[in-house]
Amino acid sequence: MKLLLDLILRIDCWLLLAPLLPGIINKVKAWVAGRRGPPVLQLYYDLARLWKKGVVMSTLASPAFVILPALTWVALLSAAMLMPLGPLGAGLTFRGDALVLLYLLALGRFCTVWAAMETGSAFEGMGTVREVSYAVLAEAALIAAVLSLSVQSGSIALATMLGPPLGAGAVLLAAGLFIILLAENCRVPFDDPNTHLELAMIHEAMVLDHSGPPLAAILHGASMKLLLFAVLLVQAVLPIGQLQPLAAAAVLAAGVLGVTVAVGLVESLWARFAFRRVPLLLTTAFLLCLFALLVAWKGGPA
Amino acid sequence: MERWAGINHQNLNLLIGLAIGLNLLALSTSRLPMLIRSMSAQGVILGVMPILMEPHADWRVLLVALATIGGKGLFIPGMLRRAMRAVRIDRELEPLIGFVPSLLLGAGGTIAAFALTPLLPLLAEHADSLLVPGALATVITGLILLIGRTEAVAQVCGYIILDNGIYLFGLLLIRAMPLMVEAGVLLDLTVGVFILGIIVDRIQRTFDSLDTRILTTLHE
Repeated sequence: MKLLLDLILRIDCWLLLAPLLPGIINKVKAWVAGRRGPPVLQLYYDLARLWKKGVVMSTLASPAFVILPALTWVALLSAAMLMPLGPLGAGLTFRGDALVLLYLLALGRFCTVWAAMETGSAFEGMGTVREVSYAVLAEAALIAAVLSLSVQSGSIALATMLGPPLGAGAVLLAAGLFIILLAENCRVPFDDPNTHLELAMIHEAMVLDHSGPPLAAILHGASMKLLLFAVLLVQAVLPIGQLQPLAAAAVLAAGVLGVTVAVGLVESLWARFAFRRVPLLLTTAFLLCLFALLVAWKGGPA
Repeated sequence: MERWAGINHQNLNLLIGLAIGLNLLALSTSRLPMLIRSMSAQGVILGVMPILMEPHADWRVLLVALATIGGKGLFIPGMLRRAMRAVRIDRELEPLIGFVPSLLLGAGGTIAAFALTPLLPLLAEHADSLLVPGALATVITGLILLIGRTEAVAQVCGYIILDNGIYLFGLLLIRAMPLMVEAGVLLDLTVGVFILGIIVDRIQRTFDSLDTRILTTLHE
């Protein structure tokens, strides 16, 4: 009974907190540009509005068009359940859950891509091609990052992997994971979430034909993914496991807030990269994580 | 004293790590000013190293350090920037080996250098230092830049990074190597870059380009 209550509370926590992050990013962007910007809770209003609307279905699309966004959302929520939350621990932990996390993220992407191609529009096809070709490089980097965490802790369970602090490789890993975060969540140097110009869109191009509740699921899933990566980044780099529970929770919250503000700052200060320069940045992220792996392997820089 | 040496040892390894990072930056950048900047930053880092390595601040060591910082960190990059301004080179580099492949090659070389160093017959006091792998990695970076870039100024940067690698190796022998050798190498390099700064102007005037691929055919 207690376990069930814990799980429900945890799900509520992820569901309710996640849409806050895009709101904070937009607020930071507005603040840098000197505008007032949309309210921090804007995404909540959007989700509520979308939930009330009906779904427009293409005559070409199969029922998968509606089912797959929901599947993506479920995959991301399950991934969130595996992610430990500082002193609270993970909702579900077992040996090898790090691998399951990677596969759940991949499953979420697969479902989004499939749903995007359901309508048969060339536009969505273009978006999916870009999404998947970036994902190949970003996933390599993410796998290298998870490997380095696993090598330095000697475990493949997320709860123990994220526990001990990292030595000299922490800086490398932080930089690598931050670039991965930007790439996986389609943030600015890779994709501009605000743009609606055909030639430049990636994630937005994929979800263009969705409407109503499925679109709400996609938007909410994207915000959960952002929160998931922010939590992963903070816990991989900061020695949260050694602090008192209350202090650890505060550090985790402050860290996630810091990462979110950093994303907002990157978004306001940088321009989107040209497509041919993106592989270079992703390769850099891969190499950063690879060197972090080597440092972890060799046990300190020697 | 022992502890001081330990801390210095760590600082030295940190500096070498930074130099290796600058190697990869030099390989991945597509802008000439950025390449020159990373090269000059590497020169400054290399100049600081002898001061850290020697517990007693010898005037010779200080001289080498100052000459390196002044030459590689300030004078040579200044010459290259001046040459760049004088001939109005395109800031965008056009590589023979693309940026991603050269970055991967450089990273592979760095990893190989780290993997192969334990096989070398080193002195016990150098065994846990990053000097040797750092030197090998920097030499490899310089070679990749020399081979992979077509632009004269970028090739000079590659050459200087190559020399930085040899300098790192030389630091192993800092007590044995005469000052004259060090000074002579630095002087050669400086004069070489100085002359190149003048030649670049001539190349530009004669060929309307600094692409060294054009320079392979003989003219009457």
